[in-house]
Amino acid sequence: MSVVFQGAERSALATVRRGLSFTPEFRKGLVGTLVLAIVATIGKIIVPIAVQQTIDTGLKSGTPDLPYITRALVLCAAAVVITALCGYVMNVRLYKATESSLATLRVRGFRHVHDLSVLTQNSERRGALVSRVTNDIDQISNFMQWGGLMIIVACGQVLVATGLMFVYSWQLTLLVWICFIPLLVALPRFQRWLSSAYTTVRERTGDMLAAVSESVVGAAVIRAYGSERRTAERIDTAINANRSAQIRAQKIVGMVFPLTEIVAAVAIAGIVLLGVRLGVSGDISAGRLVAFLFLVTLFVSPLQIATEVLNEAQNAVAGWRRVLGVLDTPPDVADPGDEGVELPRGPISVAFEDVHFAYPDGAPVLHELSVAIPPRTRIAVVGETGSGKTTFAKLLTRLMDPVEGRVTVDGHDLRDVRFSSLRERIVMVPQDGFLFDGALADNIRFGKPSATDEEITTALTELGLADWLEGLPYGLATPVGQRGESLSAGERQLVALARAYLADPDLLLLDEATSAVDPATEVRLARALEGVTRGRTAISIAHRLSTAENADEVFVFDAGRLVQRGPHASLVAEPGVYADLHASWISSAHS
Amino acid sequence: MATKVTSAVMRQGLRVLGVAIRTEKAVFSAAVLSSSLYGGMTVASAWALGWATENVVLPAFGQGDITAAALWTGVLLIVGTALLKAVGVAGRRILAGVLQYRMQARSRRDVTKQYLRLPLAWHHQHPTGQLLSNASADAEAAWAPLAPLPMAVGVVVMLFTAAVAMLITDPVLALVGFLIFPAIAVLNLVYQRKLSPLATHAQQLRAEVSEIAHESFDGALVVKTLGREDLETERFRRRAHELRDANIAVGRVRGLFDPMLEALPTLGVLIVLMVGAMRLSGGSINSGELVQVAYLFTLLSFPIRALGWVLAELPRSVVGWQRVQAVLEAKGSMEYGEAGLRGGAPAGLQVSGLSYAYGAAEVLHDVSFEVPAGRTVALVGPTGSGKSTLVQTLVRLVDPVKGEVLLDGVDLREIAYGGIPDMVALVPQQTFLFDDTVRGNITLGLEVSDEEVWAALRLAQADGFVAKLPSGLDTRVGERGTTLSGGQRQRVALARALVRRPRLLILDDATSSVDPQVEARILHGLRDALNVSEAESRPGEEGSTVVVVAYRLATISLADEVVYLDRGSVVDRGTHEELLERCPGYRNLVTAYEREEAERAAIAAEEEEVVA
Repeated sequence: MSVVFQGAERSALATVRRGLSFTPEFRKGLVGTLVLAIVATIGKIIVPIAVQQTIDTGLKSGTPDLPYITRALVLCAAAVVITALCGYVMNVRLYKATESSLATLRVRGFRHVHDLSVLTQNSERRGALVSRVTNDIDQISNFMQWGGLMIIVACGQVLVATGLMFVYSWQLTLLVWICFIPLLVALPRFQRWLSSAYTTVRERTGDMLAAVSESVVGAAVIRAYGSERRTAERIDTAINANRSAQIRAQKIVGMVFPLTEIVAAVAIAGIVLLGVRLGVSGDISAGRLVAFLFLVTLFVSPLQIATEVLNEAQNAVAGWRRVLGVLDTPPDVADPGDEGVELPRGPISVAFEDVHFAYPDGAPVLHELSVAIPPRTRIAVVGETGSGKTTFAKLLTRLMDPVEGRVTVDGHDLRDVRFSSLRERIVMVPQDGFLFDGALADNIRFGKPSATDEEITTALTELGLADWLEGLPYGLATPVGQRGESLSAGERQLVALARAYLADPDLLLLDEATSAVDPATEVRLARALEGVTRGRTAISIAHRLSTAENADEVFVFDAGRLVQRGPHASLVAEPGVYADLHASWISSAHS
Repeated sequence: MATKVTSAVMRQGLRVLGVAIRTEKAVFSAAVLSSSLYGGMTVASAWALGWATENVVLPAFGQGDITAAALWTGVLLIVGTALLKAVGVAGRRILAGVLQYRMQARSRRDVTKQYLRLPLAWHHQHPTGQLLSNASADAEAAWAPLAPLPMAVGVVVMLFTAAVAMLITDPVLALVGFLIFPAIAVLNLVYQRKLSPLATHAQQLRAEVSEIAHESFDGALVVKTLGREDLETERFRRRAHELRDANIAVGRVRGLFDPMLEALPTLGVLIVLMVGAMRLSGGSINSGELVQVAYLFTLLSFPIRALGWVLAELPRSVVGWQRVQAVLEAKGSMEYGEAGLRGGAPAGLQVSGLSYAYGAAEVLHDVSFEVPAGRTVALVGPTGSGKSTLVQTLVRLVDPVKGEVLLDGVDLREIAYGGIPDMVALVPQQTFLFDDTVRGNITLGLEVSDEEVWAALRLAQADGFVAKLPSGLDTRVGERGTTLSGGQRQRVALARALVRRPRLLILDDATSSVDPQVEARILHGLRDALNVSEAESRPGEEGSTVVVVAYRLATISLADEVVYLDRGSVVDRGTHEELLERCPGYRNLVTAYEREEAERAAIAAEEEEVVA
């Protein structure tokens, strides 16, 4: 289910217009660039004119009029140099304008993806979001720098050639156009074939890459289960399907491309046939007739590349539509910005008031939740998978907004609090300890970009992780690998916790943040956190109930409702969900 | 990285092309033949036009009449050469594609076969991203010059034919051609030399921009929860702007050379007309010949660039080829012995004096323990103590640096290829599912009935949610199983191991994402299955020897014996009770929660006393 693409079904023209409104750098000076492009195009008809002048005027009298020919040709040469210069200036302007505007669009798109709510982000595959700021933008730039330019140059070339032809002979001009019109009519059809062939290629390429990645990402499982041969077969099938699709597309290109050559030859033959008759009746000069033969070649290259250009245009519009689809998706969890409230530092109180939440088109996952958390309390949230405890955490950190009711911190509706302030004061540590490729220190510093190595070491020591740090081969400089995969799952969680701790929030929310850590380390961490979070508000979501036993208060969720709350000692004494959870925990954790 | 078109790179590049030519002899020959036809016919079409001008057009204007024979000969020549040329172009383009895509597919198959063949230790030494790009981008780059290659060969034919044609027409006009065409070729070479490093740089930056976006979006939750959007945008902006500048630098070179390459042949035609007019006044050539040479110039000016395209792709091709070759030539395959497996009874496992190191860092040191057939042993140790690495040596995903692992007394290295997976099943900590159906993910090609698959799912507590999937066992799980939750993926992976009725089952913290209540049911099920088979071992239904990596007492209590690891060494082994008694590290680890509780109770009591 893609939230991002909704409302992005514009026409091609509307897409381009809206796209251009995002790129003011491109529109600036566009007229000048277009004028230069048109001047550069005129360079193409110099040769036919020169040929015509040489034959008709220079060679008319049997003996060549060399002074005239020299004058004419020098003039033509000057024109060639000038149009080439125009071409150079036009190219540089075009590249500067397109690259600057697309870089802006790229960065805007990137920022916007981060501004989208978690829910919207998760409705898209990550790779698709990456494409919005990479491939899609590249497609637009390819088109602006080649295809789009070619459309202008090719149309200009055909128009200028037609104009000159018309001056020389309207009959022959008509003949040339009659020859080329069937091709023009067929072009959109060719383009559709090509486009569908390329779509297949893209799909097969995606399948191929996915299959190939299994041999790398699944290396351990493949070996452990001896399924090398089976995997190789699957991969080979995908690779060969991709190859076949590529060759099929190439066949279409290969068949369509030379058609223009044949049509041009027919046109040329027609010119000779008709031109000779016109010549005999004195309607056309020999030079003009020969010039026609040169002019026809100006029709060939525009038509040869037309299918490719049309295809690229289609891709560019589709790319643009997708990029706009992202940019036009409102960040439904929006930052109030400068108008928002800035929370003062200090202990935080939280209140949920009649909060109700359901995913779009989904069943409700949290019902009528009303609960207050006074400052400086330590809360444990427990419940089975799907009971609503993670939703509770996401609402509290404003990763999502409630469908009904409101969440307040220090009396302010969360929706009115500036993000910069909110993220500084309330930090959540998610279960999956995602790390960035780089050194351990850089990852911890992500919580506080100004932190020195000493501060980081101190933070780790305060969390009771000094021993672990010492055991690492390169200490703080230890590379963590892509997504932190050089570390074990438990170690990644330690780093993620240290990262949040260094950020020094007033409310720390742990979402099963130590689930992969060994019990001794976990207890040590919990104790360390207890010391350092004294005076702050701390909320832990845990599936190990040891955390609950240490909390000031326990919230028990079941089927989207807060069913029990109170200190561990009293909850465990009364029959209910908590007592059951506790019993099963005791049987698994105690000897 | 080789970015300049140096002569060394040229030589290597040509060697790479040679490989493709030797591998696809027939396709290459046919492509070159087509392209030569195209080249020859291009020159012929100019000649046909010249002939028509001299024998049809000019006589018609001169004498006011023309014979039908000459007229139709001209038409036939023009259309005939164009048809042949079209055939040549179509053949050249299609066959060039066949050549290129076949070679790409071949490289990809070879590289992935090698990935599947090379030992896991080799994979550990190479980043995932690099291996994926070896099989995709590098395989593509290596054979990219094959696309314009047949055309370039055709152009050589074209140039040679044109030279001959011009020499026959007029040596002086030919001289103009001999000056202009080499000038175009040289200009093109300079162009590609200037462009190639800039284009490579831009390509590199494009990859970096993509990597940053990938990583940043993957970590979107972390970015959001810490409010680091500005920091990330700045990181992306810096690279995006470098890419912009690199692309503009490419544009400057393109912008300069493209118009020059267009202008040069145009100037050539003007020179031809000038010189031709003088030659005409001297009577050395006729008007038709002048038109023919001028026309030839306009036809040749574009294709001649194909030589430059091939040269431009060569440096990238060489780099791609070298990376692909590095994979193909990687040594260190696992050697397999001849030993076969015996029977279906639980296997005995013995580990003695085992050490393992990632590079210089030793992660396992002199590890020894044994698991008698049919027994269950728990591997326990703190985070980062080497448990997962040890598990990998037990199924021979990696070979120990020192020491040995014996299965029923046979060194794993002596067992024949495929023998270990037949006997041993590992459920790793990191679940991996294939983009296949649920059934396909569980059987992995093993011949088992659906009943057996369901039985395994039941034991893994996965039958409930699988039954609710839209197509049951035939539901596709998506790339890496993304349509399932973490706990569901783990349970499918568990069923994959159980359906094999392995003689040795290894669970590496295999239920970490599963709810404790569900986990308890899985463990009970496993215990019953193991006990039943121990008590009444019917043929074909024997139980397994089990090695389980665990923290939780519920899991540990399944085990007959515990091996306690710390910092890569076995600190102690024995029953749970024995270790609890004598091993402080173990006691500390497994009773952490209880002690915590006790201490708290004590503190609470003290506080109460104080209050009282």
